[in-house]
Amino acid sequence: MKEPKKPFEYSRKWSMRWVFLTTMVFLYAPIIVLIVFSFNNSRRGGNVIWKGFTTKYYAKAFANEELMLAFANSMTIAVTSTIISVFLGAMTAVFLWRFRFPFKPLAEGLVSLPIIIPEICMGVSLAMFFSQMGWWTTGDTPWPFNLSNIILAHITFSFPFAAMVIRTRLQNFNREMEEAAKDLGASEFQVFRDILLPHMRPGLIAAALLSFTLSLDDFVITFFTSGPNTVTFPVKIYSMVRFSITPEINAASTVLIVLTLILTFLALRYQRLTDGPDRG
Amino acid sequence: MSLEDYKQQPKVFAAFALPTLIWLLLFFVAPLGIIWLYSFGENVSLVDIETTWTFDNYARIFQPEILELLWRSVWIAGIATVICLIIAYPVALLIATASPNAKPWLLLLIMLPFWTNLLIRTYALLNILGTRGRINETLRWLWESANALLNRMGLEHLALLGDSFTPLKMLGTPSGVIFGIVYVSLPFAILPIYSSLERLDRSYLEASLDLGAGQWKTFWNVLLPLSAAGVVTAAIITFIPALGQFLTPDLLGRGQVDMIANVIERQFKRANDWPFGSALSLFLLYITFVLLAVRSFYDARRGSRS
Repeated sequence: MKEPKKPFEYSRKWSMRWVFLTTMVFLYAPIIVLIVFSFNNSRRGGNVIWKGFTTKYYAKAFANEELMLAFANSMTIAVTSTIISVFLGAMTAVFLWRFRFPFKPLAEGLVSLPIIIPEICMGVSLAMFFSQMGWWTTGDTPWPFNLSNIILAHITFSFPFAAMVIRTRLQNFNREMEEAAKDLGASEFQVFRDILLPHMRPGLIAAALLSFTLSLDDFVITFFTSGPNTVTFPVKIYSMVRFSITPEINAASTVLIVLTLILTFLALRYQRLTDGPDRG
Repeated sequence: MSLEDYKQQPKVFAAFALPTLIWLLLFFVAPLGIIWLYSFGENVSLVDIETTWTFDNYARIFQPEILELLWRSVWIAGIATVICLIIAYPVALLIATASPNAKPWLLLLIMLPFWTNLLIRTYALLNILGTRGRINETLRWLWESANALLNRMGLEHLALLGDSFTPLKMLGTPSGVIFGIVYVSLPFAILPIYSSLERLDRSYLEASLDLGAGQWKTFWNVLLPLSAAGVVTAAIITFIPALGQFLTPDLLGRGQVDMIANVIERQFKRANDWPFGSALSLFLLYITFVLLAVRSFYDARRGSRS
């Protein structure tokens, strides 16, 4: 016999399930069509009629030197900005979590501001800042130094996210451990290295994966801080889309989607392994 | 949890706090300061701007065509936000009431597209919304099947469905841009509503039902007011990025449905009118601050009542 519905069991209603299913189709159908049609054997438009399976557009994308350079740039930027963002984010998380100081709400607001303000404002202001400072903007400096503008911009928008993630992890740190260590004669630095840092580790890894994805995803801020010689993957795809729509763009996009998927699953796996009671 | 006073460990405090504060001052506050100065400046040559403390750039925001642009941005972002909330509420409710095993997977399903590159998601829509995109091809197929059915029924002389299929024009129209904004910002709307429903005290719902209110009445008078904070947060964090959207109107609007960000971009990349572009960016920033203030005011009022 079917149990009678309890008040909060909306998830057992078929009407609700239909709404959910339709929403999923809405969210996923465009991406699936994009991926499917990256294998379509059609020269232009590519996205209307199925003309047979091919992987030649992947070969074409991988042979496109500008696209591959843009990809290498994106990876370099993502790796560098992730390392610095996690470092800076950890420092931010620790000082906001640990200390009481004057103007603390102001400091907290300032740290969360880059998360909130419209991307275009940040892109424009950084572009003006770099041009005002004459900051390696010419792109004539040897690779990878010509990417410094973009890297600095990416750190600025991703370290507050990293700080947020790490601070959440710090919230359930047991302060008594720290006190016990200090009573037993550990120095401030030893406490940090041997107790706080191991506790923070899952947070640091989650923050790193988040920063990496944010950097790889960003278009608007990069669009404003990149020069003609410092094109990233999304910026390159943007210029290709503006020029014409080809299956090659679908293939390149699919590569990036798969990369993001792998990163997300790594993040989740790691989270599952480290979540739960604190063993530290 | 007890916090340490910074005076007890001033060196440790400085070692942790200074790098962040210096970074933010240098790469966040100073850049905003520069465009703030530019917004009171005038072009003296192609790339030189002199800060003359003029208000002209702000006055230009109140020209009819810029006001029209602002109004268009606000209503497009507004409609997109409302649609997002209408879709997000039942979805969030379903996830919040799902079994504990299913919950993380359902949340993952919502988050996954969100982790995918924004440009790629917008490009994916470009393929769907065109006059020969998926949606129109599906509609054409429906039209042809329905027409064939009517013809078989011997009704072809009436031409009930018109002479031929006319594709919906979505690219280059506000509806296409709204579709795009809803598509990219739906997860923003779902998550805050979900977290407020998740924390909700379910005994209120049981009480309401026990006391004889029906499902609908309980929904309108109990569930919705109790989750109102989540809905307000969802509305604001959907609306702010929607208002400053650059990619969606750029790619799906085809230059015919400009929003604020597109005009800002043009001032910097093509028109070379940096002072006006700066004033417009700051104006967008001020709107953001006002919206955030509304939210904290709302939170404070709720806090003082309970």
